[in-house]
Formats: sequence, C-alpha cells, structure tokens
Amino acid sequence: MSASSLAGEAKPTFAAAPWRERAEEALIPPLVALLVALICGDLLILSYGQSPAAVYRMLLEGTWGNAYGFGQVLYKATTLAFTGLAVSFGLRAGLFNIGGESQLAAGGFAAALMGLVLPVGTPLVLALLICMVAAGAAGGVVGAVPAYLKTRFGAHEVIVTIMLNFIVLALLNWFIAGHLHVPETLHTPEIHAGVLPRLADIDSRFHGSAANLALIVAVLVATAVWFYLFRTRGGYDLRAVGLQPQAAEYGGISVNRVWMRALTFSGAIAGMGGINYVLGYKHYYEDGFASGAGFLGIAVALVGRNHPFGVIIAAFFFATLSQGGLAIHAFVPKQMMDVLQGVVIIAVATAVPEVRRILRSARRRSDA
Amino acid sequence: MSETPAIRMEGIEKSFGAVRANRGASLEVMPGEIHALVGENGAGKSTLMRMLGGLMKPDAGRVEVFGRDVTGWSTGEAISAGIGIVHQHFMLVPTLSVAENLVLGCEPKTRGVVLDYKRASDDVRKLSTETGLVIAPERLISDLSVGEAQRVEILKVLFRGARILVLDEPTAVLSPPEVRELWAVLRRLRDKGDTIVLITHRLDEVVEISSAITVMRAGQTVARVKTSETTPAEIARLMVGREVSLSAGKRVQPSGRTGSQPNQGLEVRNLSVMGSRGIRVIDDVSFSVKPGEILGIAGVEGNGQTELIEALAGLRSTSAGEILIDGNDITRRSVAKRHDAGLSHIPEDRLRRALILEYTVANNLILGVQKYFSRNGVMDRDRVKENAARAITSFDIRPPNALLAARALSGGNQQKVVVAREMGRGFSVLLASQPTRGVDVGAIEFIHQQLLNARAQGKAILLVSAELNEVLALSDRIAVMYRGKFATVLPSAEASEDVLGEYMIGTKKGSAA
Repeated sequence: MSASSLAGEAKPTFAAAPWRERAEEALIPPLVALLVALICGDLLILSYGQSPAAVYRMLLEGTWGNAYGFGQVLYKATTLAFTGLAVSFGLRAGLFNIGGESQLAAGGFAAALMGLVLPVGTPLVLALLICMVAAGAAGGVVGAVPAYLKTRFGAHEVIVTIMLNFIVLALLNWFIAGHLHVPETLHTPEIHAGVLPRLADIDSRFHGSAANLALIVAVLVATAVWFYLFRTRGGYDLRAVGLQPQAAEYGGISVNRVWMRALTFSGAIAGMGGINYVLGYKHYYEDGFASGAGFLGIAVALVGRNHPFGVIIAAFFFATLSQGGLAIHAFVPKQMMDVLQGVVIIAVATAVPEVRRILRSARRRSDA
Repeated sequence: MSETPAIRMEGIEKSFGAVRANRGASLEVMPGEIHALVGENGAGKSTLMRMLGGLMKPDAGRVEVFGRDVTGWSTGEAISAGIGIVHQHFMLVPTLSVAENLVLGCEPKTRGVVLDYKRASDDVRKLSTETGLVIAPERLISDLSVGEAQRVEILKVLFRGARILVLDEPTAVLSPPEVRELWAVLRRLRDKGDTIVLITHRLDEVVEISSAITVMRAGQTVARVKTSETTPAEIARLMVGREVSLSAGKRVQPSGRTGSQPNQGLEVRNLSVMGSRGIRVIDDVSFSVKPGEILGIAGVEGNGQTELIEALAGLRSTSAGEILIDGNDITRRSVAKRHDAGLSHIPEDRLRRALILEYTVANNLILGVQKYFSRNGVMDRDRVKENAARAITSFDIRPPNALLAARALSGGNQQKVVVAREMGRGFSVLLASQPTRGVDVGAIEFIHQQLLNARAQGKAILLVSAELNEVLALSDRIAVMYRGKFATVLPSAEASEDVLGEYMIGTKKGSAA
C-alpha cells in the first residue's frame, strides 16, 4: 500500500477482499460461537447424568435424520425466517422491531379472513397472492404505528412495539373469542381458499409434518429483501440511515421517511409469515399461534448477522434446536434446548465480535 | 544539574489501520514548566497525550513519568500518578452541580453511604480559592458558560491530585478575557510547582505563555526549543516543514464575468439561527458570494461558523432570514432540493457527516447524488463503477480500490473522496468547511488547487477554516465571525494575521459589509 503511493498514475481497481478472507470472516466466528454453545450443552447434559454424544445423536436423528422430523424443522424454520427477516430489515435501518409477534399474528389473522371471504375454488395462485397482500398489509399497519409515533413524536420504537404486542394480541383475542370462533375453541372456521400444498402431498415420506409451500415463499421474500437492500436506491438509503444517520441526512436522505418505510416493511414481512400457519398448516387462525416467534426472530436476525441469507440459515438452526428439544425429551427436559438457545445467542453476541477482532489483527500481523 | 524530567516519551509509535499517527515521536517536559506542544491538525499531538494519559497503549516506545517507566499504563494508574488531562470536549454531567461533578467517583460520604454534600462543596470552594479558579460549587453545569465549564474541568483534574496538567486546545472555545484568566491560572499553578503541557496550534499563545516548545509534524517530533530562543516564524516553519507562503498562486481572474450570467452565486439576507440555549448563534448575518469568488470565514472556533454552514446546507433550521442560490430562495428547501439548486458541501465533520465509513469508496462517491445513479429505483452498478474509476484517477485516491471501505483510507484520502464527490458534480455554490483538517500536506495543496480551479470556473465558494493561513491564501474577501456576527469583511489584500486576529478576539469591531 505505502510502496504504491510513490508510484505515479494509480490504476483504479475493483478488488473486493479475497473470497477466502471473506469466507473466513463469515464462517469462523459463528462456528466458534456454536462450539462454545455445544460445550455448554455438554456440561448441561452431563450434569443431568446423560451422555452428550447420545443426546446429540438423538437430536440429529429426530430432526435431520428422518423425513417427518426434517419436515417439522422446515416448517418451524419458515416462520422464523419471516420474523428473522423482519427484525433484520428494521435493524439495517437502525431500528429495533420487537413487535414481530403481534405483526405475525395480525398477518395470520388477515390471511385467514381472506381465506374465509374468498369463494371455494379460487385459483391457488390468486388466493395466495390476495392472502399475502392482506397479511403484509395487516403486519405493515402494525409496524407503521410505531414508525409514525417515532418520526412524529420521537417515541422510542422498542417501547411502542412491545406495547403494541399486548394491544394487538388482546384485540385479536377479543375479536376471535367474541365474533369468529368455532364453539369450544379459540380459532376461526377453516378457510375456503388459499390452502397451500404440503410437502407430504408431494413426497409421502413427509407424512404428518407441517412443512408446506410457504417455505418457498420465505426464500423468495429473503431474495427480494437482499435485492432491495443491496441493489436498489431505497436499500442504499436505508442502510446509510442505519449506519450513520447524520451522514445520510447530509446526503439528502430523509431519515424519517426511511424509518417510516423500514418499520412498515418490517411489519409487513413479519405479517406475511402468518401464511405458514394459516394457509399451510392448520387452515385457520388460532389465538396464540405466533407465541414466541417474534422474539426468536430477534435471535435469528442476530445469529444471521442481519443478512437475508444468513437469516435463512439461522432460522434452520433455531428450528432444529426447537424440534430437537422434542426429540430428546425422553432423556433430558425439553427446557434444556431453551437454555441452549439462550447460550447460542449469548455466545454469538460475545464471541463473534471477539473472534472477528482476533482474525483481523492476525491478518494484519501477517501482512506486516 | 540534571533534573529528572516530569514526562519523558521516546520513540513512540502508534498506528490506526493504515494511518501512522505517531512515528518515533518524543517529548521531554521538565517539572514546573509550561510546555507548549504544537503542530498542525493531525500532527499526532492528541494521540501522544492519550498515551500519556493511559487512554491508548503505544505500539512501540517508552513513557516515563518522574523517571518511572509507565509505558502502557491504564487511565486509573495515570490519574493516581498525578496526570490530569483536560479534554477539548468537556466531559461533565450537565444535570449535576459543579461540586457533584468534581467529586464524581470519589464522593465524600457520611456513614459510608450518604453523599456528604456540604463537605464536597467546602472542598471545592477551598480548591477554588487556592487556584483562583472561581466558581460557585452549587451551580448546575448546564447553567455555565463555556469558559466556566472549562474552569470546572481544570478543577476536576486538580481535585484528583493532578500534578501534571495536559490541556488540549483549551482556548479554542474561549473569549479573549477568558483566555487571559486562563493564563493567570496556569501561571499560578506553575508557580505552585505543577507541570503543564499545552496542546495548541496558535503561535501567539505559545509565545505568550510557554517556556519550552515541542513541535510535531506528521507524527514525528521535529524540534524541542526554548521559547526565549525562537520566533513565531521559525515555529511556523517547523510546523509546516517549509517556508510558509501565505499566497498560493491564485489571482486568476475568471474570464468574461458579465452581468448576464445566470449564476448569481450565494446570497444570504438577515440570517438568524437559534442555538440550543435560546441564544442566537447566528445573529442577523447578511452577505453574498459572487461566482468566481472565494469568501473566507475566519474566527475562533465556536463563534457560529459551524451553525452558519449547517444552516446554509439545510442541516439546521433557521429562525429568520433568507438564503438564495442563483437567485432562487432555498431557505425552506430540503437538503436534496438544495443539491438540485446547485449547492455542494464539504462538511467539517468528515467521519460522521461526510462519509459512511462502512460503505465502499464507490458508494461514498455517490452519497447525495445517488438518485442519478439509479434507474427505476435500481442502482446502476456500471455507472457507479465508472464514476468511481474517474474520481479515483483524477483525484489520485489511494489505495486506488473502489471496493475498499472508506474506513480503511487515511484521513487525507478520505477527504479526497469527499472533495471528489462534491466537486465532481454540477454545482454553482460550494460550502467548504475545514476542507483540509487532519489532512497531510500533499493532500492539502491538492485540495487548495481544486478550490482555486473551481473558483476559476466561476463557482461561488464559501470557505470556513480554523487555519488562518489557509483563509488568507485562498480568499478574495475575508469575513471574521465573532459571537454569531461578521465582525468585519475585508478584501484579502487588506488582511493579515494581525488584523484578522484583532477582529477574531473582539478587540476591534468593524462594520460588516
């Protein structure tokens, strides 16, 4: 670097960091975090008087080892992908959306309403589109409220999204219980249109698992989010606001407008996740279906490092832990997986920056 | 007699990424002297002092305090050894009183838990009378003037038993009477036996107060001299590394400037801006900058220069007045609309405003003009690349890699990115605020040349700089800001450091043209 500055004409290059460097930086830190989490898991299992190897084998067999378990992982990963994408989208603009749960619930509810309103025999593609637009719009409205309160009055989005979780979930509960439920239950009647094919319909080995075509939709949404963030002007503006709001403002970007857009889209993405349960699995809206998915979405976004494709991988990981908890229930309590999830999140939050720092300083030393 | 120096730093090395802030710097300060540490912005003075105060560890070198090797010590160790650093930016809790701020971290307590407020106040009052730093202990920090807040900062380090005081640019925010008071306090402390290091780049201060001088340039110590044995001109030469020529080769009158030209430059009428405390930080200022003219603004920092530029750029709201670009009123327009009207802006805060440090050089080169690099909302990556290649070549940005994060560039090259972007697009008015701050000498000359070229092309340029020689060398006319007003506007032929200096410190008041 310093030697070339003595040379005359410098030829512009477009050299990204070598792929090996980038791969190392993307993969090694999370793997170290995973290793730390596994060691903690070992200790937990040992303290319970079981063999870690046996428990982990059972965990893998119960999730990726058979078609049903794998199908369940796919199903759980789908919802987590939507909420994880929603959280990461907000974080890219510097906003912390804690309202994934209520946005997801509102989206599921709107999808169910459309499924009930549309006549039997509506073509699947059309019904799916209508349900998704409705779900996105409902989630988007729930996301737009904190955005408006933030940009207009300066209310912090964390507080408002948390409070909206209570408000929206209570309103939905009241509406279902009061007006739309099947007697003796807390869910709506079954939808007439928009039922998504399950994986079991395509391959019978998946029989009984809830995995469905919403998975494909999740991957498409992740791709769309990637394109928006990294290839469009809106994404350029959004990331600029998230990184350095003062510089964005200087660059003529309206920070408030970006915030408004980011939280609304974030809510819409979470809302669209509602189709996985409503159109793909139960075919009705049920009170409480979204429970916990919003918060786990925060962990998914964190582990996935706010990159849409990282989020997909992280969603699979957390879905595996969650399904694995059921598989090992006979040997160790299912709560152990909850503990392990917590350990993973803490390990990622602490180990990843640390490992990356070590990697970089080692590289600098080898350069010198 | 060979006395043990209070501070001895030798062979100090410190790098931040590709930037070498200190390369073999040294410093020797004898007990009981007022020692001036001078150098241009970015010469490495503050970095050196941070290592003395334990805020950073040197990559190489040795630090001794009163003969004891303390290399790489912590802030806590530095404080207990009697090092007190008074930072340029105050570190006080605004909602607490003077006494509460002073005892923060070592509060006197009754029965072990309750803050003994009376004892704190008494201690502060005692120290205050001893040192001449007069301030009522019960006043709230938020009610203090800047000069008073600085007194509290000095009291704070003395309260913790500091015997070596480091003051980082203490006069940048002070009015002339406040500066005189500060000198009196420093002299009294010195007579008491304290050691004082004064970081500054103002030569008049150096000559007035110090007994010895260390000059730094580009991370190295270039001289250590006795104040009585040198002259301001020699110090200036040592700081800059060459004879300081106050007239860069300009005076190229733009050809064919006629009344029919559509460009009318910048016009500001009766502009006022309110500050955070309800005081007018810009007070009814009117001026114009014609096409092909550079209007320089000089002044002690904190007299409204920052607020003026921000108000013109659309980053701060105005309370009265009008701003016109080429005859169009832009007072109420957004930042983006001002760009469209022909405004370009090199901001003073490069790291927070002017660049998005995680973005690549290519992406930084389109900040503010990104809408011209997208089609139907999708970025046109070929044109972004083309634009980057052109800017990197013509502005000699190094390393010449468009996909490097802006963070990885040196200060000078970061500034070249900003200048390339702001001057690479169509504009008629340029706001250039501290355009060469923290930039190496080679880049400074390059940026100056760019400004003069733009001037020759008929652009109207408003230049704000803390460097008087920069203002003198480049401007056609020079305005001096003092307390939110223009104290005077002079043709640069009539201006000199002495003349401007008097207006800057408010001893001379003229009629603003």
